[in-house]
Amino acid sequence: MDTMSENVISLRNVTKIFSDFPVLHELTFDIKRGSITTLLGFSGAGKSTLLKHILGLLKPTSGDVIVLGQNVVALEGTALKEFRQNFGMLFQYAALFDSLTTFENVAFPIREFTDFTEEQVEQKVSELLTSVNLSDKTYYKLPSELSGGMRKRVGLARALALQPAIMLYDEPTTGLDPITTKMVNELIVQTAKNNRARKMTSVIISHDIKATLQISDYIAFLHRGRVVEYLPSAEFKKSSNPLVREFVDL
Amino acid sequence: MKRLKKVAKPIEHIGDVVLSTLKEMGKMTKFLYLFFYWVTKPPYRTALFFEQLYFIGNKSLFIIILSGLFTGMVMAYQTYFGFKMISVDSLVGPVVALTMAKELAPVLSGLIVSGRAGAAMAAQIGTMKVTEQVDALEVMGIDSFQYLAVPRIIAGTISLPMLSIIFQLVGNTGSWFVGTKALMIDDAMYYSKLSDFMFIEDLYQGIIKSFFFGFLISLLGTYFGFSVTKGAEGVGKGTNLAVVWGMITILISDYFLTSILIRIL
Repeated sequence: MDTMSENVISLRNVTKIFSDFPVLHELTFDIKRGSITTLLGFSGAGKSTLLKHILGLLKPTSGDVIVLGQNVVALEGTALKEFRQNFGMLFQYAALFDSLTTFENVAFPIREFTDFTEEQVEQKVSELLTSVNLSDKTYYKLPSELSGGMRKRVGLARALALQPAIMLYDEPTTGLDPITTKMVNELIVQTAKNNRARKMTSVIISHDIKATLQISDYIAFLHRGRVVEYLPSAEFKKSSNPLVREFVDL
Repeated sequence: MKRLKKVAKPIEHIGDVVLSTLKEMGKMTKFLYLFFYWVTKPPYRTALFFEQLYFIGNKSLFIIILSGLFTGMVMAYQTYFGFKMISVDSLVGPVVALTMAKELAPVLSGLIVSGRAGAAMAAQIGTMKVTEQVDALEVMGIDSFQYLAVPRIIAGTISLPMLSIIFQLVGNTGSWFVGTKALMIDDAMYYSKLSDFMFIEDLYQGIIKSFFFGFLISLLGTYFGFSVTKGAEGVGKGTNLAVVWGMITILISDYFLTSILIRIL
């Protein structure tokens, strides 16, 4: 079977209403396993809300969210927490624990969820930090002592610590300079390549159309809570949808 | 119609206040329920508990000792000059000790810890919330309440009685020093009156109160931390609410606790 032929995330008629306002509206689409899929759209289009539904942090007003064969809507308590261990997430500003060093941040999920000895933890953290091009000079620095790009790399290493099936990126290049933006984008592609053997899926929320076209396999364009276009990257570039064109031609 | 609207406006306002108060109380009750639910569930975060015990207990020690010492010294002075007028100045020791044990030590150490640790709890959790660190925990499959609130609440509940006992000890030492060295009350008389009027049971009331205040302070500190919503402004607001409500609830609950404990003990 082709790596990308099966759906890892399926949304069926998902509607989310906040105070009488529909943020997601009858949303239906699938994300293929092993792909890099980017959710594009203007601010307030519902991208972050959609991501929270995939994670089970929000429940839809109606509809189903099927992730890795499980209906997230039906999951509660411990089952939901265990389910979330399938994900890694790189937050917009990395969300590193500010009282912990780089090393401790990356070691955190390993110590929390595995029976690794301290030696094994050390080895694993070292591997992860090397994979995101961080030297051992940064290991004992606090997040406040790191640059924006470094923080993103530590965040990525932490997200990859438990070898997630799905890697989520929430606006990974927001607030970064062009050079760091390029580095983060390359890192996303490299991470996907490194984890291709185990068919890790990457879902990215972004505003950065240029980078999106370069790194994505598929692009979904969200507008007012609906997916108005969902195409492979090369086709998306040529889309005749006026909303997409407005975004692409910027 | 205009007149009706004018009459309806204050009623609407009262209704809004009542509804928002009830909503807040409901949220707080849910928060309290979550504590009792998670406190029994593994994993038990002992390292985090000791970290908080150190922060709330050990790091409050200096200010508690300083406040206790000067409160005891001032109390000795004030009591002495009042009692001297009716020639019972030898009772300074037991009066200061009883006041310290039953009221001043639990209430003052509660107010101090509320201003220091309660505020810090709200600020730490609030900052973690606005910088998505709480979300990061949840995405990892870790319950943020169990990880952040439970160790703080247990540590706060245990720390305050210990701090209150230290407050008492230091306060009584201050009182003894002022009473016997500055006001020249006979040393033997001071001790004899103290042992005549002060019993071990008198300590219980203060200790029970301290447990309760410690629980309240840390519950409110963590609650307002988790309630933070809008950036730095929200963190400031949450911290402020944690301190204000921490202090108010200590003073109000002190009255009710006193009226109950005085009958039981």
